[in-house]
Amino acid sequence: MKLKSKGLLAVISAAAVLVSGGAVVTTSASAASSACAGVGNYAKQAGKTVEIFNSVIGLENSRYQAALLPFEDCTGITINWNGTNEFESQLGVRVQGGTAPDIAMIPQPGLLAKMVDTGKVVKAPAQTLANVNKYWSAGWKGYGTVNGVFYAAPNSANNKSLVWYSPKQFKKNGYTVPTTWTQMMALSDKMAAKKQIAWCGGIGSGTATGWPATDWLEEIVLRTQGAKVYADWIAHKVKFSDPQIVAAFNQVASWMKNPKYVGNVSAIATTTFQNAGMGIPTGKCNMLQQASFYAAQYPKTVTVSPTGDVWAYYLPGINPAVKTPVEGGGEFFAAFNSNAATQEVQNYLSSPQWAIQRIKSAGPSGGWLSANNGVPASTYTNALDALSAKYLSDKKSTFVFDGSDAMPAAVGAGSMWTELTNWFTGKSTADVTAAIDASWPTN
Amino acid sequence: MSKQKLAEHTPGRKLFSSKSASIVVWVITLLWTVPTLGLFVTSFRPKQDVFLSGWWHFFTSPHFTLSNYDSVLFGKGDAGSVGGVIPYFLNSLAITLPAVIFPVVIATMAAYSLAWIRFRGSDALFFFIFALQIVPIQMSLIPLLQLFTGGAHIGTITLLPKLGIAGKLAGIWLPHTMFALPLAIYLLHNFISSLPRDLMEAAYVDGANHFVVFRRIVLPLSIPAIAAFGIFQFLWVWNDLLVALTFSGGTQNISPINAKLASLVGQWGSHWEILTAGAFVTIAVPLVVFFSLQRYFVRGLLAGSVK
Amino acid sequence: MNQVSFWSSNLPKIEQTLGAIAIFFAILGAIFYIAGKVNGRASRPIATFIFLGPAVLLLFVGLVVPAVKTILFSFKDASSIKFIGIKNYQWIIDNPEMHKVIWNTLLWILITPFATTALGLLLAIMLNRMKRESLPKSLLFMPMAISFVGASIIWQFVYNYAPEGQPQTGLLSAIARTLGFTPPNWILNQPLNTFLLMIIFIWVETGFAMVILSAAIKGVPDDIMEASALDGATGWRLFKGITFPMVRPTFIVVFATMVVTSLKLFDIVRTVTGGNFGTSVISNEMYSQIFVRFDTGRGSALAVILFVLVTPILIYNIRNLRRERTIS
Repeated sequence: MKLKSKGLLAVISAAAVLVSGGAVVTTSASAASSACAGVGNYAKQAGKTVEIFNSVIGLENSRYQAALLPFEDCTGITINWNGTNEFESQLGVRVQGGTAPDIAMIPQPGLLAKMVDTGKVVKAPAQTLANVNKYWSAGWKGYGTVNGVFYAAPNSANNKSLVWYSPKQFKKNGYTVPTTWTQMMALSDKMAAKKQIAWCGGIGSGTATGWPATDWLEEIVLRTQGAKVYADWIAHKVKFSDPQIVAAFNQVASWMKNPKYVGNVSAIATTTFQNAGMGIPTGKCNMLQQASFYAAQYPKTVTVSPTGDVWAYYLPGINPAVKTPVEGGGEFFAAFNSNAATQEVQNYLSSPQWAIQRIKSAGPSGGWLSANNGVPASTYTNALDALSAKYLSDKKSTFVFDGSDAMPAAVGAGSMWTELTNWFTGKSTADVTAAIDASWPTN
Repeated sequence: MSKQKLAEHTPGRKLFSSKSASIVVWVITLLWTVPTLGLFVTSFRPKQDVFLSGWWHFFTSPHFTLSNYDSVLFGKGDAGSVGGVIPYFLNSLAITLPAVIFPVVIATMAAYSLAWIRFRGSDALFFFIFALQIVPIQMSLIPLLQLFTGGAHIGTITLLPKLGIAGKLAGIWLPHTMFALPLAIYLLHNFISSLPRDLMEAAYVDGANHFVVFRRIVLPLSIPAIAAFGIFQFLWVWNDLLVALTFSGGTQNISPINAKLASLVGQWGSHWEILTAGAFVTIAVPLVVFFSLQRYFVRGLLAGSVK
Repeated sequence: MNQVSFWSSNLPKIEQTLGAIAIFFAILGAIFYIAGKVNGRASRPIATFIFLGPAVLLLFVGLVVPAVKTILFSFKDASSIKFIGIKNYQWIIDNPEMHKVIWNTLLWILITPFATTALGLLLAIMLNRMKRESLPKSLLFMPMAISFVGASIIWQFVYNYAPEGQPQTGLLSAIARTLGFTPPNWILNQPLNTFLLMIIFIWVETGFAMVILSAAIKGVPDDIMEASALDGATGWRLFKGITFPMVRPTFIVVFATMVVTSLKLFDIVRTVTGGNFGTSVISNEMYSQIFVRFDTGRGSALAVILFVLVTPILIYNIRNLRRERTIS
């Protein structure tokens, strides 16, 4: 095990050198057939290049490139793993402008549906479909399906239902991790009584400002009303102005818009989500509701562990009728052509072998997990990932996909962001819900 | 009599005497420079300091580090695989040089013909070109990209074959050239139309054709205006994000330094010390260009519109 | 290894760039040479064609066709498939958010061109009186050399706000606190935030106005100034009677350029507030509609409204130009 991880580190650092040299990572096609050992059965496609357009940048980007190396060695396909932080707008421009990538890694079902509407997305090949049928739940398959046709296999999954806190600070103050919503609020009151800021908050994110607030609202809708109402809400059968949703708004207000817990409410709108949780290790504020990927925001000097500077606990449920509610997100691989090389890549990316490669390439720092049932739980060496995976793969849990990502872009990437931002700066709940309902596309 | 002498000879100029003018100018200059100074200072401070105190505290408790620049330039330090920016520098140069030279040359030619080879409708054409300034370039992005990848057709007749330059350098030069033309033609026309008529007419009488006049008279005399516009175009292209992002088709290999900085913002939203160093690296080149060519602004800029 | 890959991936770009410039000039030289041989009647139209042709073709393809398409798209649905009449305009008229956006845009057109041009003129006049003008001039122009991505980072350190009790890293908040009052959360404070964004624009563009107007003032012949000074014209009167009329054409050029820039500009709003907190302008909203929400119809309708807003200024300018052209 030790030897293996060392070899893996060498691969990662080699990839890092290549990336930092500004060159696209390429590998020779002269790999031995044994290279396919950990990958699966694939035909030689020497000399072919497949571009995967995505929104992953920085360290995560080089981890993806490292994880793809064995497949490239095996098949001779060069994968151009092309990450940009302007993904959403650039994908639209490229598809409409006729320079669509071979494959796009789309993080929102809503955007996937928009892309399918352009007529440029091709349906998934038979092998990919078979893999998804075998290894994923019907729910996950459904997120990659538009109008009854299956297009895109899921990639990673993240667990949004977490609360970040500092085990060290909790120990110092004698706090215990809450397991019910009532306990959590009692703990918040306790912190407030000590003149501490209980909840950190920040929804600033440039042009996407407001998205963390959509997660807060979604968590509450799921926890109070259950998966059925949640699904109807995404489909706009239940409106934002519906009493059930307004009640959820009010509950968020008593939590994240409560000056007793958060201090200055309107400052949440201008604090970036990246900075929001930076005060946790020093106790400037105590808790932050954010997804599993938030771990990557902390600098190396902060230890992420159950006894360290920061760690996360599961955001408790509210309504006992809703069993273990979990909200998550993920990405989907959609193809824009049906070339043999493209399909081979799609097939590979839907296999458990890929997920295992990718988990290993992150090493002990983790931060990547999959809802693929073919991945043994023992693959996760990172404790936080193991925690998240436990909730994601738990058959008894009530899992839903990030609601705003599944709504039409005009709402999920538009009015819901801006209106919730307005809500935090003082606009009334009635005005906010009316404005979002009015922005729902009519056709 | 020089202006300075004049100023001394006219004691009645109370509105802006030389001294009070100097003071006002320096106060405004100071105000104008402070924000950039903040950026400069921050780029040399360690992360902890940047997070905990305002940049002006640097002067009372100086902690100096070069590690932010180390991260940005060579990809070392806490920022991990940020990667060196030097290849992106070269990309920016490879994009900028042709995207300045092409429109300047084409606009100078057009301006000359609009000013000195009059024909029926040349006035109307000039006004029309001027009016094109208001077309927002965001509207041109998708049609142009479609043209590059698919060509132009009416029914089955191909008007323009597909150019196949999307994702290549030429695919960035061409849009920059197009978008620069209205302002370039307008400004250069102002200058060229004010060249001495006698000089031009003497050349025509001597039998010189338009091409000779353009090369031997118009070009040399217009150098100040061309240089001035060239600098603006340089700054514009160097600082552009939208055109480069769209027409590089996601090809990292040709994306400019500014796109790299923008991706640093997305990636290191909480690493202000890295961002400031990155920002300073990107503005270094335009500053050098400006400071070394600024005499053209003082002398020749837009002399045409002055008359 | 690193070195090798560095050159093998970067050398072709340099070759391509220099090659393209060389080919461009070679073709131009050849055309000039051949066309220069043509004499007689055909020479004039051929010259016109060669000088003007490339520019007209590029403008037609790059700006005229897209502009016409935009007008068409503004009457079509989100994916530009079927005509839906004036529904997109109806949406703008009915939507209070859009009223705010249009109002903000109007504020930008009314305030920023005037502020930049007036301040630029003031600075140009005062610089003209100074002995050593090159250093302040360069420093004042410097923001022009900074990209909007860079500018948004710079101004973060001015407008940043931290709640009570936390270290203040924003300059403006620190100054407010030193002066003894509690700083507001600047970027949230409506309508103050729109004006704070305008300050960034003014900071960037005043240098441009100053440099051009300064060149114009230097162009005012000395003898005219001298004569009127001897006639007893001083200060304000000299400015109003002589200097301003002489630089008026330049003033208008700069003003018009600023109007167009302030309208098309969306980078400042986009990078600082993302259009939130009631600061959005038409160009930002247009970009969001087309590229984030994929509604080409509404985006195009907003673009058309932008055209309409600038038209009066454009007509005024063309009138001025026409007068100038008939004089010369």
